[in-house]
Amino acid sequence: MTYTQLAISAVVIVIILDLYVIKTCLLKRKVFWTSYAIIVGFQLLTNWWLTSRNIVIYSPDAILGLRIASAPVEDLLFGFALVVGVLINWIRLGASDKQH
Amino acid sequence: MIAFTICGSIWLEFVLKVKVLKRYKRAIKAILPVSLIFIAWDAYAIHQGHWSFDNNQILGIFGPFGIPLEEYLFFTVVPLAAILTIEAVRTVKKHWQVYK
Repeated sequence: MTYTQLAISAVVIVIILDLYVIKTCLLKRKVFWTSYAIIVGFQLLTNWWLTSRNIVIYSPDAILGLRIASAPVEDLLFGFALVVGVLINWIRLGASDKQH
Repeated sequence: MIAFTICGSIWLEFVLKVKVLKRYKRAIKAILPVSLIFIAWDAYAIHQGHWSFDNNQILGIFGPFGIPLEEYLFFTVVPLAAILTIEAVRTVKKHWQVYK
């Protein structure tokens, strides 16, 4: 599979996990989207650093070629899946914690 | 880049007292399973040539599956920063629910 295919699959999987399997429903919450807005800002900054200096190099065959802040658009999907995956798990584990 | 991410998020633990590092067991449980999946993805992507790293700009220390040390740190620090961020938002916006 290409990076594009894997990145889209990962996003679909975390959406299904959040809304239908684990039912944390983070994607319906203001607290998530506010946090994500902060995170994605920093992601664009670090993506730009890592790709514009060629610290990380992408194969043209694995990506669409559309770039945002010098990094492949796929990186945003990758980051979204990573962040949602971890936060689903963090919030899920907190449900049994009285302090939240 | 990793130091930047740590500096950009770690202060939330102390200034906003989000108690994420204090709840390190929950953080490890939240991060580890997700990171392992993404490390597998990283290993596959490196193997397939989806992305590669400039050897002159990394430490040159490699862990299992030929993955650079920086990538292992990435999959620890970025999820931790995401958790610190959502907990900071929850601390500032106490009325925004994450549980029903």
